[in-house]
Amino acid sequence: MTCELMTPTRRAVLGASGALFAWAFIPRFAHAAGGRDPRFIPIILRGALDGLTAVPPVGDPDYQALRQAIAMTTSGPEAALPLDSFFALHPSMPNFNRLYRAGQAAVVHASATPYRDRSHFDGQDVLESGYEMPGRVESGWLNRMLEGLPKGDKVSPGASEIRGLSVGANAPLVIRGKAPVLGWSPSTLQPVSDDLPPRLMDLYDHTDPLFAKILTEGISTGKIAAGLDVKAKGGPGDPTGMEQMARGAARLLAQDDGPRVAALAFEGWDTHAGEVDRLNKLLVGLDNSFAAFQQELGPAWKDTAILVATEFGRTAQVNGTQGTDHGTGTAAFLAGGAIKGGRVIADWPGLKQAQLRDGRDLAATTDLRAVVKGIAVDLLGASPTLLARDVFPGSDHVLPMKGLIA
Amino acid sequence: MAQQSNDVYAALALSRFGLGADHNGTASIAFDPRGALLEEITERYVPVPVGPQLQSTADLLVSLYAFQEERKQARQQAAVAVAAAPQDKQMQGPPPQKPTVQPSGATSPSSQAMAAQPNNQAMAAAIGKAVEKLEKPAMPYLPQQILLAEVDARFNGTIRQPLIGFGERLAMFWANHFAVAVSKSEEVHIVAGAFEREAIRPHVFGRFADMLFAVETHPAMLAYLDNQQSIGPNSKANANKKRGLNENLARETLELHTLGVNGGYTQTDVTTLARIITGWTVARNEGKLGTPGTFVFNAGAHEPGDQTLLGLTYADNGVGQGREALRDLARHPATAQHIATKLVRHFVADTPPPGLVQTVAATFSKTDGDLSAVYRALVGSEDAWNPTLSKVRSPLEFMTALLRASGETPKPNVILGALTAMGQPFWAPAGPNGFADTADVWASSEGLSMRMDVANMIANAVPPQIDPRSFVSDSLGPLLSNETLQAVSRAETRKQGLTIAYLSPEFQRR
Repeated sequence: MTCELMTPTRRAVLGASGALFAWAFIPRFAHAAGGRDPRFIPIILRGALDGLTAVPPVGDPDYQALRQAIAMTTSGPEAALPLDSFFALHPSMPNFNRLYRAGQAAVVHASATPYRDRSHFDGQDVLESGYEMPGRVESGWLNRMLEGLPKGDKVSPGASEIRGLSVGANAPLVIRGKAPVLGWSPSTLQPVSDDLPPRLMDLYDHTDPLFAKILTEGISTGKIAAGLDVKAKGGPGDPTGMEQMARGAARLLAQDDGPRVAALAFEGWDTHAGEVDRLNKLLVGLDNSFAAFQQELGPAWKDTAILVATEFGRTAQVNGTQGTDHGTGTAAFLAGGAIKGGRVIADWPGLKQAQLRDGRDLAATTDLRAVVKGIAVDLLGASPTLLARDVFPGSDHVLPMKGLIA
Repeated sequence: MAQQSNDVYAALALSRFGLGADHNGTASIAFDPRGALLEEITERYVPVPVGPQLQSTADLLVSLYAFQEERKQARQQAAVAVAAAPQDKQMQGPPPQKPTVQPSGATSPSSQAMAAQPNNQAMAAAIGKAVEKLEKPAMPYLPQQILLAEVDARFNGTIRQPLIGFGERLAMFWANHFAVAVSKSEEVHIVAGAFEREAIRPHVFGRFADMLFAVETHPAMLAYLDNQQSIGPNSKANANKKRGLNENLARETLELHTLGVNGGYTQTDVTTLARIITGWTVARNEGKLGTPGTFVFNAGAHEPGDQTLLGLTYADNGVGQGREALRDLARHPATAQHIATKLVRHFVADTPPPGLVQTVAATFSKTDGDLSAVYRALVGSEDAWNPTLSKVRSPLEFMTALLRASGETPKPNVILGALTAMGQPFWAPAGPNGFADTADVWASSEGLSMRMDVANMIANAVPPQIDPRSFVSDSLGPLLSNETLQAVSRAETRKQGLTIAYLSPEFQRR
């Protein structure tokens, strides 16, 4: 591909009215279940979200001892927001809390994909490709689902079949594939991710004194971001960028003849060190994007389901740098007017040493594929056969989760 | 030094003597890496930049003269029009842009064209400046159009071939040794590429004396170092005794191009050489001296009489006087030493191993500057294959290696912007000594900051399914350290993994 400069026009896209877009060529999404005109929005959190911090099981007797300095509590200056008698919500998520109270948001805890190793790339492959093993990177489950859904409005036969929207500089794998999708990226420049400098520093420290020296100089003089502070500068790895992506996607999805599903990916969730500060900021971005979707989707919000998922969880215990390493089970978020919310869905495995997977991770008791399948069947009218055969190959034994859609 | 395995030789051949591995990785030459390198020398493989706008210097200069005339008339007409009836400036915005539709699915490379963006403010500013420069004039600025075409032909063409790319690296080396700067004048701006195509590339594997003569008589060099105005004080053209010598080209020929700054010449030698090459100029549009835009010897401006340079006397036989002087400078022992030192510094180490310099210099002298023989002496020495990567890639080399490895073909203005941002504006060194060739110049925190942005830009642009783990092991081969593999493997995203791979010490060094 070519690297193109963004024009001022593209920068203006978000500020412009919907009339700028000629959506007439895109058909209505027909045959939705229950007479809805549904919207489905998977959001991938790249880097592996710590579900035990995002949705802390404050009622679990072993939680405090396990998490020690980074344990959340429901009292004190940064009190977590109680969801029920057992789970609480990170205080950076007031919008999600509001939706939860309104019955439009839910958490699926102790969930995971079938992947059980600890590589981000492979974990993301499994999460997004829909296959049980990594390495199948040609297409994603959302794209294959689009291909298999009932065809467009019979009133306009032969019209374009574009129903998907890919948001961001790189199309997330989940929406890549044969079914045509629309690409859109906010005009924000693509900054170097905040945790790149610390990662390079770690590498240079071990391998190259000259580069270590100049990187240190760059950081100490402010030419290179230290990486400890998430700054508002746009892109999928900072709060402002997340909200922008959500708002732009929502405006396109809100169009009568616009796409009906959109895939987004937010970055920066790999919290090996200084987890509290990073998540305090990143979760604000995620939370604001829920509000942006609700606001911009307008009447379509009632038929919308957002699914926020990440490639795997993090270790139950805190590591030596006030962070957590790669683990297994984690939390997924559901939000939208179509969600039967106000609850945390979990078959809680417990946090005692013997209950942890490999003695270190929150054990996964819910298969994320069941969640996706449940939404696909009840909101989009997808057939379980299609889901087991094409969307999540080899998943016959994973039944669609019932009752997720209101 | 112990013999390396073929895998190590393959990786070194690509990074140290070539342009970096392409998508085939180091495996492409692993069978016989040193043989493959020698073959590129034997085949005298210098790729030729091609493109419809890549014309001869003469044609380009004639176009420039026409462009300058047209612009002059346009300005005059505009001045007349403004004086007659001042008008409101018309506001005209760019056409509105729609989101891109990806009919063949999101994996197609073109589908992401809309998404690739320069990636931070500084980068954007540098690139923006380049673009602004392009967009400012009402009519396309011809010298910059040509420069962009030349850049396109190289970064999207010649740097991709052949497997190792030793010839292209040498073309870069010699173009920097005989540096011209496009910022000097419109003439240099428009023919800098033609200069490299005409005076450098044909001689990269030939004789140094031939390259030297081609360079010093090329309109680009004559314009860049002011020789086209130099007039013999006692020449016919100076009958009114008002004009005279310009020593610039003569000085740099001695100091930079041949003997070196400590090469044993004096100020008298500089002045003498300046006299010898008076009359070496470029035919202008009127064609009185010859075909417009070509090198001509203007006998009327030539200083008459015999000249003694470095103890040798040259009879005044017109252009032959200078040709003979350059021939002797080319075979001077100081020149052999100077060129050998620069070559070894460029390819092997910032502090060139003296033994290797002597070997290379001796070959230069023995073969009367047969450059192919000189390179064979260089790459035939075990000293040149030390697996420790001590050189830091210059921004130009870094950019080249990035584009080869990623397969990306950014637009030329993006490449120019990136090179400028990283501190090595293309064909635009601050002085005739070209860009420096040592790590202390390129390994700076500003430079690293910009490299991070450029690496991130390319990582954003490549097809998202590329696995950074296989990328590093394929492209770095045995040079890949465990630490780098680990850092790449642990990256949060494929994109970040690639960015780390591009910024790894093994990729930034050679």
